[in-house]
Amino acid sequence: MFLSRLRLPSSETQSTLTCNGQAAMSGGCGRNPPPFPDNEDQEAELDTRVLDSDEDDDDEGEDIFTGARSKPITPTSAPDEGDIFSEEGSYIRSDVHHATNGLHSDEELDLFTEATVELTLTNTTSQGRREIIGPTASACNTTHVPNSILKPSIVTKTMEELEEEESGDQFELNIAVTNPEKIGDGMNAYMSYKVSTQTTLPMFLNKTFSVRRRFSDFLGLYEKISAKHSLLGCIIPPPPQKSVVGMTKVKVGKEDSSSAEFVEKRRAALERYLQRVVAHPSLLQDPDVREFLERDELPRAVNTQALSGPGLLKMINRASDAVNKMTIKMNESDNWFESKLQEVENEEQLLRRLHAAVDSLVNHRKELCINTAVFSKIVAMLGSVEENSALSRALSQLAEVEDKMEQLHQQQAFSDFFILAELLADYVRLLGAVRCCFEQRMKVWQRLQEAQSTLQKKREAEAKLLWANKPEKLQQAKDDINEWESKVSQYERDFERVTCTVRKEVLRFEKEKARDFKQHIVKYLESLLHTQHRLVKCWEAFLPEAKAIA
Amino acid sequence: MVRSVSVDLNNDASLVIDIPDALCERDKVKFTIHIKTTLSSFQKSEFSVPRQHEDFIWLHDTIVETEEYAGLIIPPAPPKPDFEGPREKMHKLGEGESSMTKEEYAKMKQELEAEYLAVFKKTVQVHEVFLQRLSSHPMFRKDRNFQIFLEYDQDLTVRRKNAKEMFGGFFKNMVKSADEVLISGVKEVDEFFEQEKIFLLDYSSKIKDATAKAEKMTRSHKNVADDYNHISGAMNSIAADNNTAFKKHLEKCAEVFEKLRKLEDRVASDQELKLTELLRYYTRDIQAAKDLLYRRARALADYENSNKTLDKARLKGKDIAQAEENQKQCLRKFDKLSESGKKELTSFKARRVVAFRKNLIEMTELEIKHAKNSMSLLQGSIEILNSN
Repeated sequence: MFLSRLRLPSSETQSTLTCNGQAAMSGGCGRNPPPFPDNEDQEAELDTRVLDSDEDDDDEGEDIFTGARSKPITPTSAPDEGDIFSEEGSYIRSDVHHATNGLHSDEELDLFTEATVELTLTNTTSQGRREIIGPTASACNTTHVPNSILKPSIVTKTMEELEEEESGDQFELNIAVTNPEKIGDGMNAYMSYKVSTQTTLPMFLNKTFSVRRRFSDFLGLYEKISAKHSLLGCIIPPPPQKSVVGMTKVKVGKEDSSSAEFVEKRRAALERYLQRVVAHPSLLQDPDVREFLERDELPRAVNTQALSGPGLLKMINRASDAVNKMTIKMNESDNWFESKLQEVENEEQLLRRLHAAVDSLVNHRKELCINTAVFSKIVAMLGSVEENSALSRALSQLAEVEDKMEQLHQQQAFSDFFILAELLADYVRLLGAVRCCFEQRMKVWQRLQEAQSTLQKKREAEAKLLWANKPEKLQQAKDDINEWESKVSQYERDFERVTCTVRKEVLRFEKEKARDFKQHIVKYLESLLHTQHRLVKCWEAFLPEAKAIA
Repeated sequence: MVRSVSVDLNNDASLVIDIPDALCERDKVKFTIHIKTTLSSFQKSEFSVPRQHEDFIWLHDTIVETEEYAGLIIPPAPPKPDFEGPREKMHKLGEGESSMTKEEYAKMKQELEAEYLAVFKKTVQVHEVFLQRLSSHPMFRKDRNFQIFLEYDQDLTVRRKNAKEMFGGFFKNMVKSADEVLISGVKEVDEFFEQEKIFLLDYSSKIKDATAKAEKMTRSHKNVADDYNHISGAMNSIAADNNTAFKKHLEKCAEVFEKLRKLEDRVASDQELKLTELLRYYTRDIQAAKDLLYRRARALADYENSNKTLDKARLKGKDIAQAEENQKQCLRKFDKLSESGKKELTSFKARRVVAFRKNLIEMTELEIKHAKNSMSLLQGSIEILNSN
C-alpha cells in the first residue's frame, strides 16, 4: 500500500509562485519592469538573486548546484561566415584561435587553421542560423545539404600529431572529408567525397592535396589494410557501415532532410574512419594508405559486399565462434590477456546499452522539437483570438519564443547524435575490432600448437624409423624434422611478436579511447551549455513582454 | 497562500482558505482544508477539516443546481486526482524489483517519487483554487452548503447521498451538447453578449487545443529527463569497474547527467504547473462562462416562448392574466441573468488576463532560473574535466 503525504510549508509555496519576494511586489507595480541587464556584470548579479530562493524551492532538500559560481561564458561570436568557407564550401570548426579571415584562394588552408584540442563553443551565429556544409552549387548534380540539419563537425588533431606534439616533433597530418557530391543518376548513382590532407610529413609528395573518393574506395582500403595488418595483431579501425535504405534514397534523388542527414552522417563517419587510420603509427606507413590519400584515380574496389555492415559483423562473429569452439585453453604466463579480453567484452555490452539510451534521447529530443513547433503555432492562434491587446501581443511573443526553442532543440538533437551517439557507435565497433585482434593472437597460438604437435609426430616417426632400421626413409624424416623445427621457431617468434603487438595496441587504444571520450564529453557538455545559454537569452527577452500585460 | 491559476483570491481576510496538507491512501486523496475567518457565521475563527474529492464535487453540483446562481459563472469543479501514471510505475517497480540492479531500482523509485509529487501539487492546487473562487465571490461565500462543507466536522458522505436524491441533477442532465447550437442560434440584441458569444466560442476551441499540445510538449520534456536518467545509469555501470582516466571521465559525465535530469524534470513540471495547468484551468473556466451564456440563452428562449403564448392567449381570449404573469417572470429572469452575466463576464476577462500575466511571468522566471543553474552545473563540470 502506498501512503504518501504532501506537506506544503508556507515558505515553500511562497517561493514556488514568486521567484523571489520582489517579484510579487513588482507584479503589483504594473508595467515597468526593471531594465533588463544585458552585460556580464549585471548578469552575475541576477544570478545570485535568482539563487537565493533556490533553497526554498527545493522540495527534495538537496542542493543540486555545484560550488562554481563563475559568470556564464558568452560564446564568442562567430567569425564571418566567409572566414571558414572555401569556394566549394567547407565544414566548420569551433575555434577561438581562428587566425585566417576571409576567403582564400588556397582553400585547403582554410580547412586546417590550427585546430586546438581545447574545443570551444560551436560556431552557430547569434541569429541561430546554421552554417552550410557542402557544395554551394558548384556541380550540376550536387546534393544540397540543407541548413537545418548541419552542424559543425569536430576536427581534432590526429593521435599521432598529439603524440608528436608532446614529444616536440614537427610532424603533422590533418584529414578532412567534405563536399559530398552526387555523381550520376538513378540506381547507378553514387556519392563522391573530397578527401583533403594537410601534412608536413616528408613521405607525401605535397603539403596539401585532395582527391575524390567514393564509399567503396574506403571499404577497399579497409580490405587491404585488414589483409596485411590484422594478422600482426593490430587493431584495425572498422569502416562505416553500408546502408541500402539510406543510399537508395539518395540515388533516387529524394532531396529531403532525411537523405541529407544520411549523407552528413556518412561523411562524418568516413572522416572519423580516416582519422583513426592515420592515427595508427603502422597504418600510416602503409603505402596503400598513402595511395588512398594521394593518388588521383583509384582502381575501383570490388567485392566490398563482404565488408558491408552486416557482412563485417558476420565476419567478426564467425571468428568469435571459431575461437569459442576451441577447446584448447591457452596457458598464459600471466592473466593479462584473458582478463583484458573479458574486460573488452563487458565494456562492449555496456557501451551498447549506453548507446541505446543516447539513441532514445536523440529521438525524444526530436519529438520535443516537433511538439514545441506545434505548440508554438497554437499559441500564435490563441494570441490572435485574444481580445486583450497586451495579452494578445504577449502570446504572439510566446509563440515566437517557442519557435526559437524548437530550433534550439533541433540543434541539440544534432549534437546528441553527432557528438555522443556516433562516438558510442564507433566504439562498440572498435571494441569488436579489439576482440578480433585477440582472436588473431589465439589463431597464431593455435598454429604454433599445431606445428609443435606436428613436430612431435615427426620426431616420433623418426624414432620409429631408427628403431625399425630403415635408413632410406631416415633422411626424409630428418628433413621433415628440420622443416618443422624451423616452422615452430618461426611460429614462436610470430606468437611473441603478436603478443607484444596486441599488448601495445591495446594500451595505445585505451589511451586514445580515454582521450577521445574526454574530448567528446567536453564538447557535448559545451553544446548543452550553449543551448542553455541561448535558452536564457530567449526567455530573458520574453520576460518584459509578460510583465507588460495589463 | 495564493495559487497560480487565479490571483487575488485570498485578499479578503474575512475568509481565508488554503490546503496545506494532503494524504494519499490507495485510491483516495484526503485534503486538509484550513480556514481562517472573521465572519460571525462561522463558529470558530480558525480550524481545519478533512475532505475528499467527492465532497468537492458534491459542493459544485449543489451550486450548479441552485437557480439563484444561474447568472453567475460557476467555478469549474476540480478534476479527479489522477494517479494512474505513478501507480503504473509503482506496479512496474514492484514487479521488476528482483530483476533490477540496486541502482536501477533506486532510480526508478526516484522517478516515481517525482511523478507522485507532481500529480500531488497539481491536484492540491486545483482543489484549493476551487474553494478560493467560492470564498472570494460575494454570493458564493454566503452559500449554505459552502459553509457546511467548511464547517461540518464529520464525514460528508451521508449528506452527499441525500443531496443526490433531492436534486436529481436537473441542470446537469440537460443535453449539454446542444448548448453551442442554442447559443449561436439565439438572435442577440445586446452587442456585449454578441461579442462575448463570438469570442468565447472561438477561444474555447483554441484553448482546448493549446492545452492538449502543451501536454504533449511537457510529456516530451519528461521523456528527455528520463533518458538522462538512463544515460547516467549506463555510464555509471561502465565506470563501476576500475579506476582508469576513462572511467573517471564517464563517472563525472554520469554525475552531470544525473543533475541535468533533475533540472530537466523541474523544467517539465514547472512548465506543467504554470503553463499547461493554466491552459487547462481556463479551458474549464471558459466552459463555465459558456454555460452561463447557455443559461441566459435558454432564459431568452423561454421569454420568447412566453411572448408567443401570451399572443395566443390574447387571440383566444383565455388565460390572459396567467400568460401575462408568465411573460413578466420570464423577462425578469432574463434581465437578471443578463445584468449579472455582464458583470461576471467582465470580471472574468480581467481575472483571465491577470492570471495569464502572473503565470507567464512565473514560468519565464523559473525557466531562466533552471537554465542558469544548468549553465553553472555544466561550466563547473567542463572546468573539472579539462583540468584533469
